[in-house]
Amino acid sequence: MHAVNTTSATTATAPRLTWFTFASPANFHRLAGVLGPVCAVVAAAFALAGLWMAFFVAPTDAVQGEVYRIIFIHVPAAWLSMVLYVAMAFWAAIGWFLNARMAFILARAIAPTGALFTVLALWTGALWGRPTWGAWWVWDARLTSELILLFLYLGYMALVAAIDDTRRADKAGALLAIVGVVNVPIIYFSVVWWNTLHQGSSLTMGKEQHMASTMLVAMLLLTVAAWAYAFAIVFARARAIVLEREGDTAWARALVAASKKG
Amino acid sequence: MQWHSLSEFLAMGGRGGFVWGAYGVFALVVIAEPVLVRWRRRAASTAIAERMADEAVAAGARS
Repeated sequence: MHAVNTTSATTATAPRLTWFTFASPANFHRLAGVLGPVCAVVAAAFALAGLWMAFFVAPTDAVQGEVYRIIFIHVPAAWLSMVLYVAMAFWAAIGWFLNARMAFILARAIAPTGALFTVLALWTGALWGRPTWGAWWVWDARLTSELILLFLYLGYMALVAAIDDTRRADKAGALLAIVGVVNVPIIYFSVVWWNTLHQGSSLTMGKEQHMASTMLVAMLLLTVAAWAYAFAIVFARARAIVLEREGDTAWARALVAASKKG
Repeated sequence: MQWHSLSEFLAMGGRGGFVWGAYGVFALVVIAEPVLVRWRRRAASTAIAERMADEAVAAGARS
């Protein structure tokens, strides 16, 4: 009996850490409020280092000249567009099977950032394609499947916005997100499976790299920056969604009251 | 470093429009998105504050 009492006394001050601690919107809100800014600082630091490498250390490309420098943001944007889709589908699936509110909120928080990185991958790709291929756009497998990825993000966002009942919207969106995940391997392997104008992977595990090492380092630094940025912005958006949904709870009201006073 | 002047840097070997068009839009997005998210959070917080104020008025009218 004694032991039980001690445990409940400690949980009142600091929540006991379990797999489900941060499934509570209140706990997640607090954690994301700390982790978000940390990720933002990491993103800014890596972005500065990466940009410096990209423009002042990485050499001119022997074939493409200076325009190849678009790769340093094109590849991270394209990677993130796919990784974020998988993350969105993952949280949608967790929400679906465990009926976890916080998981659905994360799926919704990821979607706009994923869509933006998809737009950036397409945009930077078009500006790179025009001078190197002579075309802004071609309907090859890589570009087309990436465009479908954008439509999947937009479809998910439109669907959850169109249904008033939050729980039903979350579930309908989750189904769309989970089904759409088949598109991600299609994008990734499109350059292998089909004869595409798009070049093959810039990085292949276990193979000798054909990029100059300074180019590679610049690209990896900016990739870390993009990941950290994505974490920061998703944490921030998830906190906003938590407040939108938890307006009737005592903790959210106490938080708002305290912030208005201070 | 391969640049001898600022104008050479900006020209990007004659492809400046493409390079800076790509980096510029990228920068715009990663600056604008946090601002939009901040607004969204502030709006949610304001909505809660307004609801609390409304309820306080309603409670005062009842008593």
